[in-house]
Amino acid sequence: MTNNDSMFARAMPALMTGLFVLGLVAPFMMYPTFLMKMLCFGLFACAFNLLLGFAGLLSFGHAAFLGSAGYICGMLVRDLGVTPELGILGGTLAAGALGWVFGVLAIRRTGIYFAMITLALSQMVYFIVLQWKATGGEDGLQGVPRGHLFGVIDLSNNLAMYYLVFAVFCIGFFIIHRAIHSPFGEILKAIRENEPRAVSLGYDVAKFKLLAFVISASLAGMAGATKTLVFQLASLTDVHWHMSGEVVLMTLLGGLGTIFGPLVGASVIVALQSELADKVGSWVTVIMGVIFVLCVLLFRRGIVGELQALIRRSGVN
Amino acid sequence: MSEFILETTGLTKEFKGFVAVSNVDLKVRRGDIHALIGPNGAGKTTVFNLLTKFLPPTSGRIMFDGQDITHEAPAATARRGLVRSFQISATFPHLTVMENVRIGLQRKLGTAFHFWRSKKSLDMLNGEAMALLDAVDLTQFADTVTAEMPYGRKRALEIATTLALDPPMMLLDEPTQGMGNEDIGRVVELIRKVSAQRTILMVEHNLSVVAHLCNRITVLTRGSVLAEGSYAEVSKNPKVLEAYVGSDDMNDAHH
Ligand SMILES: Nc1ncnc2c1ncn2[C@@H]1O[C@H](COP(=O)(O)OP(=O)(O)OP(=O)(O)O)[C@@H](O)[C@H]1O
Ligand SMILES: [Mg+2]
Repeated sequence: MTNNDSMFARAMPALMTGLFVLGLVAPFMMYPTFLMKMLCFGLFACAFNLLLGFAGLLSFGHAAFLGSAGYICGMLVRDLGVTPELGILGGTLAAGALGWVFGVLAIRRTGIYFAMITLALSQMVYFIVLQWKATGGEDGLQGVPRGHLFGVIDLSNNLAMYYLVFAVFCIGFFIIHRAIHSPFGEILKAIRENEPRAVSLGYDVAKFKLLAFVISASLAGMAGATKTLVFQLASLTDVHWHMSGEVVLMTLLGGLGTIFGPLVGASVIVALQSELADKVGSWVTVIMGVIFVLCVLLFRRGIVGELQALIRRSGVN
Repeated sequence: MSEFILETTGLTKEFKGFVAVSNVDLKVRRGDIHALIGPNGAGKTTVFNLLTKFLPPTSGRIMFDGQDITHEAPAATARRGLVRSFQISATFPHLTVMENVRIGLQRKLGTAFHFWRSKKSLDMLNGEAMALLDAVDLTQFADTVTAEMPYGRKRALEIATTLALDPPMMLLDEPTQGMGNEDIGRVVELIRKVSAQRTILMVEHNLSVVAHLCNRITVLTRGSVLAEGSYAEVSKNPKVLEAYVGSDDMNDAHH
């Protein structure tokens, strides 16, 4: 096992470089808008995976961070006229602050109670967004200009916008990757493995979980804020609990606790949705449900997890 | 500095009306290897849980090193230097043996919350970690995934991880449980070695281990202290012998 893990570790830089190059040339092969959607949801799922896969916390309210950051960014850019990068930063920080509030209230509960508290809190956020005039109620926040990056680069150019999204994704992905492989990540792993033992060694478990929650919420927010710029719209679907469920599906489908799994899962779901939406209409929901059930019953490890297991097995023989 | 590093007064724990620990006044002298013995269900593990704040007491007071720690958080008590092990083996099973010890060492670097720093920064602890592994005879297992080690070795690893904190006081809950004679001998030697600069309070069923290792013994039955003293005193106490009727442990240990 040790040997195989180091085999994965050695393959990692090459894989990352390959994907990075792919990300650079992708907009010349596929629709940039589709790619941007994939990357936004990919980052969202990666942020969620940091929490569930590496801290063992199941949040059922992550839509609140994606959505509220989207609205904050939209309002900053449209109503206050700030530049897009500051809009994204504002959305990210707001989601982080909201994540801190959620975390403080939920972190001392575990399992289903933790999930329920995050769900209840995110429903409150949904309610506020729905009722508040400034957020546009049921219409959402429309007509958000993409603006000029640093006041210079015109983002109405789809290619320019794509590279911004790609850069944001890479930054978010790097932060997550580093957090997992940091001194903090080691303690997080220890807590997940044996929480009482971590406590007995003097670690304040709640504080570590809270920090993981805030990082995860911030990056989910970063994804949401960027997505608002891409679609020039912040909508209620982004704060709805459906979205909180969808990110669970993306993460499990791709592979919980793997580095690339959530990105793969998000890509598959986004692709399926855009392929199927005009063909089968609202049956999409049913198909998603079936995928979820299949995934839980047959492919526990998700796409990337199963692939890794396959490589491991063939490596052993 | 008081003679006693740990003192409890009237320590009591009730579980829904059932009194698991009843009015325990325990005093542990600095530098002692102190045994807490008693039949199954006597409340020994519960006492440990109270001392290390894993359970809040129903009533009573706990003083450690002159400080009232009765209402402290468990991690804070651990940071003070009152560190426990568990009755069931407590390692981080999917981490390597070396990584397990490093988790213990890591806290003193003060970078445990640094999520932006590479974990390579922890490599500076490797030398120290190896020294600890060497002390418990686990050097050749350094890169082994912990779950794959035999039971006795895991218990040794636990002690190494606890030692990484260099705590003034260690609580060991049945460190030799489930071990063969050879492993027991090794752990006894280890405990003797590490007891040099610290106080140890240990729960132990194996009375020959108690006889050879511990300079003071407290006997607990049904949550209360039945007797306290040296092994010679306690083993002659008729009340203790009565509590141990049916088990020949007490006699066996003499020979
Ligand atoms: N969390 C709990 N809730 C209810 N009862 C408990 C709890 N923990 C322990 N008890 C009860 O308290 C009593 C003392 O248990 P404890 O584990 O402290 O005994 P022990 O002396 O460590 O026994 P052993 O030698 O078997 O390890 C037992 O009757 C046990 O069932
Ligand atoms: Mg016990």
